[in-house]
Amino acid sequence: MRPSRRLYGLMAEFERPDDLRKAVRAVREQGYRRLDAYTPLPIDGLAEEMGMHFSWLPLIVLTAGILGAIGGFLMQYYASVISYPLDIGGRPLDSWPAFIPVTFELTILCASLSAVFGMLALCGLPRPHHPLFNEPRFVLASQNRLFLCIESRDRRFDREETRKLLESCGPSGVYDIEDK
Amino acid sequence: MQRRDFLSMMTATLAAAGLNGCSETLPEKIVPYVRPPEEVVPGKPLYFATAMPMAGYAMPLIAESNMGRPTKVDGNPEHPASLGAASAIAQASVWSLYDPDRSQTVTNDGRISTWESFVSALASPLAERSAAQGDGLSLLTGAITSPTLAWQLEMLLQKFPRAKWHAYEPVGCDNARAGSRLAFGNYVDSQYRFDRADAILSLDRDFLSHGPACLRHAKDFAARRRPGQPPNRLYVVESTPSITGAKADHRFPLRARDITTLAYLLGERLGVRAVSSPQEITPPTAVPWLDVLIRDLQEHKGTSLVLAGDEQPPAVHALVHAINAALGNIDNTVFYSEPVEARPVEHVESLKELVSDIAQGRVAILAIAGGNPAFTAPVDFQFSKLLESVPFRIRLGIYEDETSALCHWHIPEAHYLESWGDARAFDGTATILQPLINPLYRGKNASEFLSALIDQSPQTGYDIVRTFWKGRMGTDFETAWRRALHDGVVSGTTAQTRTVSLVPNFAVPAPLPGQGDVEVLFRPDPSIFDGSMANNPWLQELPKPITKLTWDNAALISPTTAERLELTNGDVVELRDGSYTLQAPVWISPGHANDSLTLHFGYGRTRAGQIGTGRGFNAYAIRTSGAPTIAHSSIRKTGARVPLASTQSHHAMEGRDPVRTIVAGSAVEHEGLSDASLYPPRPAADYAWGMSIDLSACIGCNACVVACQAENNIPYVGKSEVANGREMHWIRIDTYFDGGNENPDFLFQPVPCMHCENAPCELVCPVGATTHSVEGLNEQTYNRCVGTRYCSNNCPYKVRRFNFLQYADYETPTFKLLNNPDVTVRSRGVMEKCTYCVQRINHARITAEKEGRRIRDGEIVTACQATCPADAIVFGDISDPQSRVARLKAEPRDYRLLGELNTRPRTTYLSRLVNPHPDAPKENRRG
Amino acid sequence: MADDQSIITPGYTYGSVTQKISSIVLARRTPWGWMVGFGISFLLLTLLMVAVTYLLVIGVGIWGINVPVGWGFAIINFVWWVGIGHAGTLISAILLLLRQRWRTSINRFAEAMTLFAVACAGMFPLLHLGRPKFFYWLIPYPNTMHLWPQFRSPLVWDVFAVGTYMTVSFLFWYVGLIPDLGTLRDRSKSRAAQIVYGIFAMGWRGSAKHWHHHEVAYLLLAGLATALVVSVHTVVSFDFAVGIIPGWHSTIFPPYFVAGAIYSGFAMVMTLAIPMRAAYGLQDFITMKHLTNMAKVMLATGMIVAYGYMTEIFMAWYSGSRFEQDMVVNRMTGPYASLYWGLILTNILLPQALWFRRVRSSVLLLFIVAMSVNIGMWLERFVIVVTSLHRDFLPSAWGMYYPTMWDWATFIGSIGLFLTLLFLFIRFLPVISIFEMRQILPEPQRKESA
Repeated sequence: MRPSRRLYGLMAEFERPDDLRKAVRAVREQGYRRLDAYTPLPIDGLAEEMGMHFSWLPLIVLTAGILGAIGGFLMQYYASVISYPLDIGGRPLDSWPAFIPVTFELTILCASLSAVFGMLALCGLPRPHHPLFNEPRFVLASQNRLFLCIESRDRRFDREETRKLLESCGPSGVYDIEDK
Repeated sequence: MQRRDFLSMMTATLAAAGLNGCSETLPEKIVPYVRPPEEVVPGKPLYFATAMPMAGYAMPLIAESNMGRPTKVDGNPEHPASLGAASAIAQASVWSLYDPDRSQTVTNDGRISTWESFVSALASPLAERSAAQGDGLSLLTGAITSPTLAWQLEMLLQKFPRAKWHAYEPVGCDNARAGSRLAFGNYVDSQYRFDRADAILSLDRDFLSHGPACLRHAKDFAARRRPGQPPNRLYVVESTPSITGAKADHRFPLRARDITTLAYLLGERLGVRAVSSPQEITPPTAVPWLDVLIRDLQEHKGTSLVLAGDEQPPAVHALVHAINAALGNIDNTVFYSEPVEARPVEHVESLKELVSDIAQGRVAILAIAGGNPAFTAPVDFQFSKLLESVPFRIRLGIYEDETSALCHWHIPEAHYLESWGDARAFDGTATILQPLINPLYRGKNASEFLSALIDQSPQTGYDIVRTFWKGRMGTDFETAWRRALHDGVVSGTTAQTRTVSLVPNFAVPAPLPGQGDVEVLFRPDPSIFDGSMANNPWLQELPKPITKLTWDNAALISPTTAERLELTNGDVVELRDGSYTLQAPVWISPGHANDSLTLHFGYGRTRAGQIGTGRGFNAYAIRTSGAPTIAHSSIRKTGARVPLASTQSHHAMEGRDPVRTIVAGSAVEHEGLSDASLYPPRPAADYAWGMSIDLSACIGCNACVVACQAENNIPYVGKSEVANGREMHWIRIDTYFDGGNENPDFLFQPVPCMHCENAPCELVCPVGATTHSVEGLNEQTYNRCVGTRYCSNNCPYKVRRFNFLQYADYETPTFKLLNNPDVTVRSRGVMEKCTYCVQRINHARITAEKEGRRIRDGEIVTACQATCPADAIVFGDISDPQSRVARLKAEPRDYRLLGELNTRPRTTYLSRLVNPHPDAPKENRRG
Repeated sequence: MADDQSIITPGYTYGSVTQKISSIVLARRTPWGWMVGFGISFLLLTLLMVAVTYLLVIGVGIWGINVPVGWGFAIINFVWWVGIGHAGTLISAILLLLRQRWRTSINRFAEAMTLFAVACAGMFPLLHLGRPKFFYWLIPYPNTMHLWPQFRSPLVWDVFAVGTYMTVSFLFWYVGLIPDLGTLRDRSKSRAAQIVYGIFAMGWRGSAKHWHHHEVAYLLLAGLATALVVSVHTVVSFDFAVGIIPGWHSTIFPPYFVAGAIYSGFAMVMTLAIPMRAAYGLQDFITMKHLTNMAKVMLATGMIVAYGYMTEIFMAWYSGSRFEQDMVVNRMTGPYASLYWGLILTNILLPQALWFRRVRSSVLLLFIVAMSVNIGMWLERFVIVVTSLHRDFLPSAWGMYYPTMWDWATFIGSIGLFLTLLFLFIRFLPVISIFEMRQILPEPQRKESA
């Protein structure tokens, strides 16, 4: 315990998804909100348990896709009809059926890019360092252990109380996470 | 600005191009064709009338000069021997002017020397000779039609009375000449009037592409196949498929030997009692339409015409004269004139005299002006070996070739575009040769060379020509001289016609039977002639008519004979005639006479230059003086093979009828394809360019191909690239064989870019490098092209050409002068194709705009159109219904190539018109 | 060895799965087998380098192409490689949407294969240009000349299709990798490895929020990729279908090209999976079930391809167009007939063996069939490109195409590039998606230990 350091939160380690789910439910019943679970694999329903029911991502992707489509077609229209009209084999300048493939590809491209970068943004990635990485046990979060962390920012957070609460959920260990 | 200044300026251009040693300016005055040089404007070409001497005869030309650089020649419309047409060889001759392999200096025993030292070295031996009345001085030239040269010859023989002059052309008209003497007792030239002939019979005579009159013949012949003209009818019996045979309405292949006997038979049937030894003459193969022919000839007394090939023996020529007389054709379709050649001789005989003189050591000085006898002389003369026994040997030649190698002195000869001179055409009309440029390598021409023998101090060609013509051009010489230079015609020089009559008790010797397994025919090569053009890549790469071979010659053989001897294309055979043998690859040529072999001259050169040396086989190697045109030999398959490069691998039409044929007199309707379209109509422009190609006029002579190459800076690619299908010609002449192997119909189809209105190539170009102009040109933007080759793949006519490698020569300095300044030189990785000579269109447009008028019909002439001897190609504005091209497109014979693809080509064709005799057996009719 | 119904042998736990897969990557010493394989691939890659250098110096003339056959090996290889790529996307995207859990153990390296195949493919259109240095003229960018690509040309469509395909495949692959990169970061012992993997893991912590967005993004990408994969080979087929050449100008092309692509792709996955699972002992993860399923997909797509061939023949006859009919006859009897019949044999007849369970359950036979399809699909592209062009409308323009040694060098070299990339991938990244493998495990019960 080094009081000089600010405490980031308390983290409990579990072995089985069920225990984790129970713990989350229990903690949220106590009114804790600033908490997150760290698992080596997506656990069905865990996000819902923690109140994440909605994601902006689909909307972002949809918008980007539509923009890509419009932009793609307009670019071709501008190039072939306005900027430099050329007689190509007697075809009309605005031969829109020929513009469909590129329009389509650009739709997909924009949508996909927005999906990835949207995801990263929503996850707050890239973030190479995080206080959790200070805890040596945390490396197991990407292998075979599940963790639940309550952040000290939480209104209800109280070092002793919270630790008791977590221990009551039957973890294989509870650790202080310090923000170096 | 004076002409001398203009020329010095021009010389500066040359110096800039890294050419030293031609810094003197021409002191003389020559006269431009269109406007005097005072009006020289950069970018505005000047045109000068001149002529290209070929085998002695003049090919009248108009030469284009860009800032003092001759870049292009075309026929001289004012000269009866051209009427605007020029042959493929003339078109290619410009390249030879800039050929870096031309001999560039006087040499003495191989060491570099000078003209002056040559003249002084000549002094003492000449003195000795003149002491001996010129005994021991021999001069060997080619055929001489030049009045000036003839006059100099006179002077030479006056100065050296016992000197001897000999003339030798490997491809001459000895037989015709001997024939005329046989018939009329002395030499006469025959002049034919094809425009007047309704029924024509050619006995092995390729009059459309062979001989000094061929261009005129083609003009007159094709004129009778135009819409609205009463079509003539052509019968051809020939051994080697020729373009004349291809144009025949009735063709039959016979061995040359059998054609001879056929001539006798015809004589009998047409009432010429001529055969000295009256023996039964039966041609081995019956010509199926012989009776029809004879009737046709008799029905057209006075408007028929019979010709004999130069390869045929004198007796046949004599017989043909008699036949024409019997048919009353003389002075109607055939005229006789005194020989155009000065001092006409039979060349092989003439050379034989020289050879025997040398053999008997009677020649002390031998001066060889032009020619290349060491290469072309009949093999039995052993000329090369004998030549070395002559004590003093001098040679004037464009190249340091096989002959120069054996001479003490070699003098670089000036190209005809570099030198003053004159020459007469087949009909005698003389032309003054004007130089367009200073001799690039200080070459001398024949006059100057002779002058060195005659005069103490050699005169310049200019002085010599003028001295000769002074007093021969009427009272006001200077005006007449100007006029002659300007027009390219010296008026009043046309050969006098002669009225001739058959010698009393006219008789010809009976034909001698030949021996040996196969008959061997010697012919000039369609591209490189007798070998003198062997170092010209434009001609080397020019697909020979019918065989489409490039860069090689081959022994042409009929499919049947090939089968009998188990030969395929490229199999090498050994021919043996007495002690002479030759190895040659065979090429199977449908329509060739059986048991007969055609060998073309000009290949197998050992000292031609980088281009021509070591290509093909030397046909002269088994050509003896006894049988210079038709020989016989044994044949043996060696088992070796030689790869041959042809530009067309498939000659059947596969029922797709790219070439359509119509029998004269049959009702025809315009195919009238619908122009309905889903696309909005184009906005109408001022002009709509289009082209019409008349397939009944086209004789497949290749002139357009080379003209296009010269006009558009088209590179040559070499044999291996051609073999790989990468030739670059913008216009090609497709040749189809229709109807069996024995005697197929030969169909020619010139194929330039069709300039489709719905061009498939434009649609697929990813960078918009090929686009459509408002006037309907399918334009290629070289700078934008990235070279995906998609356009070529998608072109149904496959007229696009791609620079797979760096073909254009950027290094050689002289070629910088050769290029047409109005046309981009294309680099590697770029697609190119026919542009309808857009540079010419723009020239005309600028002129018209300056004069505030529309471009007149016929003002724009594409390169291919300009040179075409048959006027088969017409270009113009199809939006003007009165234009020639529009009227031709309205003809019922007009059709679109692959019209069913709805590409709407702007280039359309007039179906081939044939005129077979209605009574002829069906299977022997064309079409 | 698992029975061919289970997609993973029982008894594995989060820990053991993680350990088994990541150890391939994190093993200190490189196995000699890898060394040999990589060495050979790298030699072939060097061959490619030489061929490309010579090409850039001398020009495309070093190849056998000419007029009429303006496209040769370059385009054949391009289409072949793009096709191969498709299986990866199909497996990871479409099977994901279809909730085909068996895809899990093969999607990762199938995606990698896609990426590398598309890389090889993308190389050829650039190299086959007459002036490669100007390839960027096919891409729209503002320039002083106001010049743009010509958007009616299928080649421009290609640029966009293949470009997009490349990008999306990469994103898809990378998004899937992030959690595993986290695992590698946390498991690797060496500092260097930790840093490198750490950077690429971008600080992944596997929090519920991460997983939440990750799943959504992954699904969306799968949806997009599915639409894309169908469009890509459709566009590639337009290169031919838009042309007017007999043998190209055909509406059947898009569907049968897509089917063909998937066909060849699965063949290639099979060709790679079989040796790999043997070499790294992954039979427990890539089970017979996977192989038989892939065999079935191949059989299905192969039949579609066969249908395509038959339609071509039928349409040629039905069209009444002499050009089309001659084209078909020329393919069957012309100078390239042997290749056509070779194609029928390797691509249609031989794969019929997959009807038999005995064949489907024999690793060796499956491998042979897969190989035959790889060859067959290459021959198909040769037949389409060359035999259509070499005899088109005007008999006078007919010609032949013979590949030169440089054609072969570039082709074989591209295989070298592909394998080199693949070997590097096997060595430095998890060939099987670890986190997805964890998902197909039964949830751990008590007395589970790592």
